[in-house]
Amino acid sequence: MKFTKDHEWVRLEGDVATVGITRHAADALGDVVFVEVPDAGKAVSKGDGFAVVESVKAASDVYAPVDGEVIEGNAALSTAPETVNADPEGDGWFARIKVSDAGQLDALMDRAAYDQYLTTL
Amino acid sequence: MTDETLKTTPLNANHRRRGARMVGFGGYDMPVQYEGVLAEHRWTREHAGLFDVSHMGQAKITGADAVAWFERFVPGDYQALKAGKQKYSLLLNDRGGILDDLMAGKPDHDGLYVVVNAGNKDADFAHLKAHLSGDAKLTVLDDRALLAIQGPEAAEVMEKHEPVLAEFGFMDTARLMLFGVDCYVSRSGYTGEDGYEISVPAAEADRIWDLLLEDARVKPIGLGARDSLRLEAGLPLHGHDIDAETTPVEAGLTFALSKSRKERADFAGAEAINRQLAEGVERVRVALLVKEGAPAREGAEIADADGTVIGKVTSGGPSPTLGKNIAMGYVPPKFSGLGGELKVVVRGKPAAAEVVALPFVAQRYHRKPKA
Repeated sequence: MKFTKDHEWVRLEGDVATVGITRHAADALGDVVFVEVPDAGKAVSKGDGFAVVESVKAASDVYAPVDGEVIEGNAALSTAPETVNADPEGDGWFARIKVSDAGQLDALMDRAAYDQYLTTL
Repeated sequence: MTDETLKTTPLNANHRRRGARMVGFGGYDMPVQYEGVLAEHRWTREHAGLFDVSHMGQAKITGADAVAWFERFVPGDYQALKAGKQKYSLLLNDRGGILDDLMAGKPDHDGLYVVVNAGNKDADFAHLKAHLSGDAKLTVLDDRALLAIQGPEAAEVMEKHEPVLAEFGFMDTARLMLFGVDCYVSRSGYTGEDGYEISVPAAEADRIWDLLLEDARVKPIGLGARDSLRLEAGLPLHGHDIDAETTPVEAGLTFALSKSRKERADFAGAEAINRQLAEGVERVRVALLVKEGAPAREGAEIADADGTVIGKVTSGGPSPTLGKNIAMGYVPPKFSGLGGELKVVVRGKPAAAEVVALPFVAQRYHRKPKA
């Protein structure tokens, strides 16, 4: 699993990346009440806001960690947004993306580097 | 770490010790949540929530001309207000715009005790003082903290500390010895629930806060839930739902315009307000139940059934009690009829919204039958 400074995680299997937000991000947001995930077929570029997560207080963008095409948004989050709090790095995934350049993941942090990064915030 | 540009209340260290997440609000470093907004919201609706609202401005207005002078700025009849009662009112400009909303009452026999919003207090008190006349004096009570205890169990909790509080009806107020110190108390609040607001000496706030939290029915509640509670109760937030460009007629706050004062038309903005009452207004505050999609928040556009933009949301979000998204905003009066089908536009997507009655969630104030 790899991590971004914006607190997304990415798990690559073949050329498909599953993307979500980290435990740290989910805890910081507090109670998630609404999630908007992208439709299949949507082209995304690294850094684009491609999903939205809303707590009671505010809406926050979730940024695409890699370039690619969305294969599937996690439809289960529309009826159970609280899954993002309960299992952010598992069932609370946001989307699966067919990556166009797997090399982009090399620039992301591994778990140890991300944990270190959190201590600097 | 405290942001050094923010002011703190006497309870700041206590909030941090209890693990609150702190944010800047109204120029103060305040707790936005403790265990979570949803849990705190529900706790207040079911039990009793304790809020630190010491950031709000407290003042005493005294002198033989105190009430007459204060009335020049507000549309409520404070001459007729009985001792032991308080009244919601509005600080108005000459155009009838709302500079702030406030509570003012007669807790003792020494003028008025006033509570105004944190972000406006310096401007409010400066505005009032700039127009002082006659035998009237405004004293800012910045040596006091303000606590609110709200919820269906608040009365039982408070009765244990002072039995006479059980006798209070909604909007009753008194200055009395409570927790061994000199307090101003009123049966009122900003959540739609029964409860009390208690002004205590700043030096005693920490002790009283901890004492109240010893009761298992009471939990500390942050400003996050305070906002969702007041939204459900349909109560406007100054700077968002009402401001200097909004009048009480537009905002649906005409209950704050006393009949006698409208007739005398002797307060700031009276002419503009009486004209609006006679001729109507171009926009009014409405309550919207968002029937699909994302929460519609402040700034979201409101459109008619054809998609024409007719107004804006001034506050909105999820209602934990209803399990639905709710919002308040302004639209032309012809779109304000209950049951009207409108749209709210969130991130470019129109979602169906229905005009509903305020409040969204029934208020449960402790109103005593009129004697």
